[in-house]
Amino acid sequence: MQPFTIHKGKVAGLDRANIDTDQIIPKQFLKRIERTGFGKFLFYDWRYLDGGKPNPDFELNRPENQGATILVANENFGCGSSREHAPWALQDYGFKAIIAPSFADIFYNNCLKNGLLPIKLSKEDVNYLLKESLSADYELTISLEEQVVYDEKGFRASFYIDPYRKQLMLKGWDEIDLTFVYEKHIAAYEEKNNPIRC
Amino acid sequence: MLKPRTIIEKIWENHVVYREEGKPDLLYIDLHLIHEVTSPQAFEGLRQKGRKVRRPDLTFATMDHNVPTINRFEIHDEVAKNQITALERNCREFSIPLADLYSSEQGIVHVIGPELGLTQPGKTIVCGDSHTSTHGAFGALAFGIGTSEVEHVLATQTLWQHRPKTLQVHVSGKLSPGVTAKDVILAIIRKYGVDFGTGHIIEFTGEAIRNMSMEERMTICNMSIEAGARAGLVSPDEVTFEYLRGRKYAPKGEEFEKAVERWRKLATDEGATYDKTVEIDASEIAPMVTWGTTPGMSVSIEETIPYPEDFATETERKAAKLALQYMGLTPGTPISDVKIQHVFIGSCTNSRLSDLRAAAEVVKGKKVAPGVRALVVPGSQQVKRKAEEEGLAQIFIDAGFEWRDSGCSMCLGMNPDTVPEGEHCASTSNRNFEGRQGKGARTHLVSPKMAAAAAIYGRFVDVRKLEKEAVR
Ligand code: SF4
Repeated sequence: MQPFTIHKGKVAGLDRANIDTDQIIPKQFLKRIERTGFGKFLFYDWRYLDGGKPNPDFELNRPENQGATILVANENFGCGSSREHAPWALQDYGFKAIIAPSFADIFYNNCLKNGLLPIKLSKEDVNYLLKESLSADYELTISLEEQVVYDEKGFRASFYIDPYRKQLMLKGWDEIDLTFVYEKHIAAYEEKNNPIRC
Repeated sequence: MLKPRTIIEKIWENHVVYREEGKPDLLYIDLHLIHEVTSPQAFEGLRQKGRKVRRPDLTFATMDHNVPTINRFEIHDEVAKNQITALERNCREFSIPLADLYSSEQGIVHVIGPELGLTQPGKTIVCGDSHTSTHGAFGALAFGIGTSEVEHVLATQTLWQHRPKTLQVHVSGKLSPGVTAKDVILAIIRKYGVDFGTGHIIEFTGEAIRNMSMEERMTICNMSIEAGARAGLVSPDEVTFEYLRGRKYAPKGEEFEKAVERWRKLATDEGATYDKTVEIDASEIAPMVTWGTTPGMSVSIEETIPYPEDFATETERKAAKLALQYMGLTPGTPISDVKIQHVFIGSCTNSRLSDLRAAAEVVKGKKVAPGVRALVVPGSQQVKRKAEEEGLAQIFIDAGFEWRDSGCSMCLGMNPDTVPEGEHCASTSNRNFEGRQGKGARTHLVSPKMAAAAAIYGRFVDVRKLEKEAVR
């Protein structure tokens, strides 16, 4: 995974709650066996009209949202299925971070595993960002090291991230390599508990 | 005296491989279930780094999401076929047991785990699929994971996990006739919301749960994820042990009795406390129907479709408006006036033998309404065989239902079984998200009985009334 340290980028808003993974990446695109190339299918049913023309009413298709790298949305973002294709698609489209008042657990985890930073902010802060995101050149800076989000107008909010996950993301480490360090603990556990299928 | 503990704490503590301040726990995984959609990238990752599967013997694979339910060996979708052959290749290369399309044990991963006795009390079970929570019905700690985690489990048989908080959902009282486990879980999610379980593992307790069969408990646990919970479980009891006795992978003979002794001790101790508790009275629950695009947007069969203004917050009002628009429904209409064109009885929520029995009871001797297309998709080939032996299949076929091979089918429409745009489907599955059953498809989640009745009448009807008529 790519390390994440500091990121400055344009913000796009999607003022909806309970955006589920079926919307983020509809199931007809889950059949690929690669991790890449999902960006063009992101929010497919919202983004395109029948016949494949972009839907001009969909938030991400608005001219002012082109090139956005930070997505702001409402409560319970990423609910539904465990498909990791959802963060892959968001990332492949160009997003580096997602900001919302709350996230579904599995989605949140999946983001961290891929270096896509999910940021929980208060409902108030999210409402402010959603409003600001309507202007074409609104940008935010995210510092993972300091755990803060700020703009040039004086907005500044801090966020929580689990210290262990933060380390992995800052360094861009492969978690499996890290777990291999604990091999003797795993072997000892197996020795003691003898897990079997039966 | 030890402090009283919940089953959640007991299973967790039994599986900690390594613990260090400031880090998640490294948790051992007893059973890793795999299917074709969320695993190819994980195997690819292993290959790229030259890694092995640590415990193929604790891993079990099947194919379910993509598989056709008629002419199952003729997959026309090249990309779907590609995923199926990728799974076959990966299982062969890494020596993982696979119930493939030719196997008499093939089925939806969450149906066959319990059926084969792979699912057992006290185990940690994971699968790259959010409805892994189903296995919690046995008193196992079972949760869905993403593909990176699938790769991690394949390579190390462990996962780094923070212990979620505990949440008790207490279901008191008795269910009225005609009301089922599906109605209970829909009523819970309606009452407390689609995210009240976020960050928690649910334990379902109470008289109504104790009185349920294993299959009903599976329906309840299956949909814990629709309440946002990481997992949902039920403390094991005699019902659990009896279900497991004699299953293919369950311990045998004396070993089984010893296992029961161990399993019995897992149940939550008297006096143990939870981080949060919510309650619902089963006797007040009526058959439920969803009207919107989240499983929380439901009403009982006696109610009307709500007005967006009825909701408390701006976010909810906006969501209700969008949902009504998508569903093409008018507020104030009785839900029983909503006409349906499709019926789907299937999915890991409601495709087991008892679900098919309940539906067949409603259908027996009747005909599917003109203009309605109705499908029964058994959860596994074993369920299919038994339903055929019992004569259930014939009841469905005589009534005009299509009788299919097992798979996920119209639950998510990754295979050719989909609902056309703008049409309504009474579905026993678990998600009514936009486009879930096909682009523009309008899904109404219901119990198997309610789905069966909808097939006969072409609209939603109160199955409690049908049962009264039958008695007369
Ligand atoms: S039946 Fe539906 S919910 Fe269950 S595993 Fe298959 S697709 Fe997922």
